[in-house]
Amino acid sequence: MNDPTGGATALEALGLGKRYRRGWALRDCSFRIPAGAVCGMVGPNGAGKSTLLALAADLLKPTEGAITVFGRPLDAPGQRARVAFVAQDKPLYPRFTVAETLRLGRELNPGWNQSAAQRVVDQGDLPADARIGTLSGGQRTRVALALALGKRPGLLILDEPMSDMDPLARHQLMGTLMSEAAANGTTLLMSSHILAELDGTIDHLLLVDSGRIRLAGEVDEILAAHRLVVGADPGDGGPGPTVGHTVVESRRTGRQLTVLLRPEGMIDSGWEVTEPTLEELLLGYLRSPQAPTLFTDSARAGHDAAVAA
Amino acid sequence: MIEYRIDRRSGVATYLQIVHQTKQALRLGLLQPGDKLPTAREVVEATAINPNTVLKAYRELDREGLVEPRPGLGTFVRRSLARAEAGADGPLRAELVAWVDRARLAGLEHEDVAALVASVLEQRFVTGVAATKRETEGKS
Repeated sequence: MNDPTGGATALEALGLGKRYRRGWALRDCSFRIPAGAVCGMVGPNGAGKSTLLALAADLLKPTEGAITVFGRPLDAPGQRARVAFVAQDKPLYPRFTVAETLRLGRELNPGWNQSAAQRVVDQGDLPADARIGTLSGGQRTRVALALALGKRPGLLILDEPMSDMDPLARHQLMGTLMSEAAANGTTLLMSSHILAELDGTIDHLLLVDSGRIRLAGEVDEILAAHRLVVGADPGDGGPGPTVGHTVVESRRTGRQLTVLLRPEGMIDSGWEVTEPTLEELLLGYLRSPQAPTLFTDSARAGHDAAVAA
Repeated sequence: MIEYRIDRRSGVATYLQIVHQTKQALRLGLLQPGDKLPTAREVVEATAINPNTVLKAYRELDREGLVEPRPGLGTFVRRSLARAEAGADGPLRAELVAWVDRARLAGLEHEDVAALVASVLEQRFVTGVAATKRETEGKS
């Protein structure tokens, strides 16, 4: 189920790096996103998320390494039609009306699906003759999404899509995106700061931090590989719950010890052991830059080749 | 047709919420054999959850023999969980309504009644409860 298309790859990065004048924004990134995934990309500000998304959308050229989409390089013929990108600042022509913007999409995209685009616009009660420049941030996001979905892309990349929307619009648009994924098997890759927005929505995860990938793979599998262990702190001398396990984060609050770890075998009894929530897991990793990386099998670049060999 | 309510903060896995709500609808007769469940697309459009979660819930219901997927058509209810005795016009319900009314007259609050009922259920369904527990553990 995690690989609904039977092993096809939507996006693969190999040794990907991007250097700006001030230094490396992204370095040594290798990962894979299976086709049909709904992948959330999280990480702190300046982690390299937008750079990675812009590289995937072919708006930036990598300094080193390469990206392929559906198994082919980005400059192969027809690739533009397969990828849609909604940038963080939603660049649209402010003097165009909503209807004119959709017409632009129709004229520029051979496989244009007017009803898909119209549906997204109608859902927001946007008047067709309203100029883009007069719309609110959330309404502009809706038009940008309509353009992207009208393209019927195989891979839809969204950079902080919902950041300027109210809760209702956010829920509606997330519903629209999920329905698109369900109906057409569209692969979604979206970055977000709002962890709660992603929980229950994404099935794959990419944690980007300081220009590197720290976690990649199926959310269920990543969560299942971790435990949150809570108990009384045994002090400096006593054996903690962590012996023999890979510790991600360890925190003391008074006499209480809270440890996020990857168990390697049984955890000693006497500790309260639960599977972390997505939010607990991500916060634990973000607070612990030294924690080891984790890639599930399907998230490793070269996964297909490995299976074939 | 039924509409699912997803509570992301409940701590209950989302697919289990769908399973539970479907069973509840089957018990109450809101869903009957031959009825169609909403498509994954309809559910995710309304709830903004991941489509795979809906499919996982439907697979679980299929595994329990409650629904069946018909390729190209949708997922349909196979059997009901409703019991005539527990129906809206059944004598058991009427007795329970009378009892709850007496409890309220006696000054019991909603939580008091719920706690009392839960504790009696626990006591009288000892074996049944144990069986259910094993079942859920086996599934997780």
